Amino acid sequence: MAKNKIARPEIQKAPTGVPGLDDITYGGLPKGRPTLVSGGPGSGKTLLGVSFLVNGAQQFDEPGVLLTFEENANELADDVRSLGYDLDRLVEQKKLLVDYIHVDRSEIEETGEYDLEGLFVRLEHAIKEIGAKRVMLDTIETLFGGLQDTGILRAELRRLFRWLRDHKITAIITAERGERLFTRQGLEEYITDAVISLDHRVHEQISTRRIRVVKYRGSTHGTNEYPFLIDRDGITVLPVTSMLLQHEAPSERVSSGLPALDEMLGGKGFYRASTVLLSGTAGTGKTTLSAHFVDAACARGEKCLYFLFEESPQQMMRNMRSAGVDVQKWVEKGLLQFHADRPSRFGLETHLLQMHQAVEVFDPDVVVMDPITNLMAVGTTNDVRAMLTRVIDFLKTRGITAMFTSLTSTTQSLEHTESMISSLMDTWILVAVAEKERQRGRLIYVLKSRGMPHSDEVRSFHFTDRGIELLPAKTSRASTIPGMARKKRRKT
Amino acid sequence: MSAEYALRLYVAGQTPKAVRAFTNLRKICEEHLPGRYSIEVVDLIENPALGRGDQILALPTLVRRLPAPIKKIIGDLSNTERVLVGLDLRQRRALRAAH
Repeated sequence: MAKNKIARPEIQKAPTGVPGLDDITYGGLPKGRPTLVSGGPGSGKTLLGVSFLVNGAQQFDEPGVLLTFEENANELADDVRSLGYDLDRLVEQKKLLVDYIHVDRSEIEETGEYDLEGLFVRLEHAIKEIGAKRVMLDTIETLFGGLQDTGILRAELRRLFRWLRDHKITAIITAERGERLFTRQGLEEYITDAVISLDHRVHEQISTRRIRVVKYRGSTHGTNEYPFLIDRDGITVLPVTSMLLQHEAPSERVSSGLPALDEMLGGKGFYRASTVLLSGTAGTGKTTLSAHFVDAACARGEKCLYFLFEESPQQMMRNMRSAGVDVQKWVEKGLLQFHADRPSRFGLETHLLQMHQAVEVFDPDVVVMDPITNLMAVGTTNDVRAMLTRVIDFLKTRGITAMFTSLTSTTQSLEHTESMISSLMDTWILVAVAEKERQRGRLIYVLKSRGMPHSDEVRSFHFTDRGIELLPAKTSRASTIPGMARKKRRKT
Repeated sequence: MSAEYALRLYVAGQTPKAVRAFTNLRKICEEHLPGRYSIEVVDLIENPALGRGDQILALPTLVRRLPAPIKKIIGDLSNTERVLVGLDLRQRRALRAAH
């Protein structure tokens, strides 16, 4: 669904049913017209076309014909089955018709004039047989390898695309990306209605898939490159940059889980649907503070989604249990769900999409990401910042309160590590370990908290058998942390 | 029919190309395969489903069903030499030499 629909009703659209793609095209592909989908090998163009057909048949009551020219046509069904599409069943239900045309140049002799009427007849027959509204031709350029007379072929392809328009068929024509052109044979010259380009890049061993609407006659469309993901649920496109800063700003407050910390936050805790950054060096209690936050939320009956980038859920729960915060009971009650993944397993876009999907499925009130600094291993600072911007936009739009922990390196200054992300956060809390008179003390400090009067105190805290407990304000030792002291001065 | 050469000509309606192809085919067969051939004309407009079996794409298409292996020749069969090569009645080398 197009959330940010600005344009007046334009040409008719045929929804693809691919999450996100219908957003960036403001409703789908041009109805009754051919769309060219170009991309390199393995870029996902066949899957995109199949999704378009399957969704058409299952969700929009538009049966489809899949005409494939690929050599290993039988592998197609297996490939898409692994993504959860049961083509055979749709074929049985007469909602889908699959036809294979294989042309082997070595077994064909050409003599004299011919045309591709055989293709037209078969296509028309297939369309009539099931009342198809959608067609996918995959990959018609293969014909250039099978037939010698490219003059005839080009003329016939031109006729084919015109024929598809005349028959009001919404079609996807897949094509291999050419070196200079969008397609190897310059098919974009014939299909002027819409052109979509798919890309699969590998940067530092991490692959990212991207989709771009190159052209869409008679319609506005997102022009950026959008990341997309292929997983067991098919294709998901993320219309990330189409989001605007429109989220509501609730005035409702939620507890941090520690009454003393709530006190420091204007006496009431965080704003709902706000973002909280919790940063500090290793072993300062960031995860424990997050656990308190989660524990309090679950105790209110809210649902929490916890992304772990460093530990396994079991390890985290065990550690929290020994710290005196039992969150396992919330898992058992179905209020808390963990998602643990090594950041290096995927690219940032994939992480982003998986977070989106997890959030869509679980529909939480609170999200914790622990620690986001581990994502830095996957992308550049700019990439991570861009990704977090999208995550935050997304979470805010859904009214989710989010907490991010950030591991501060002991060798770098605070500003350097976190300046890039802190501006995205509504509340920034610092935790630190300070040594004084051969004793290690733990300190907590609210660096900023938008829209509320917050305490400027640096408070000490310690671990008890019931988790973290803040000590009375007077035992603070602010001067022992140079970074904090400096920041404190600058704020005033 | 137990003809040595079982040929099938796919067309779509009585188009000039189709008529030309049939005329050319008859002439070539009479000349090179007298009494040893059979021609079956399949009109895909009447029987569109028949196009699938022989993977018909271009029209007209001549399919040599017998003897094996299956051979395909597309076009109006106006180049007799090529048709003969396509039907394995003449060596490909000879065709090149002829050109």
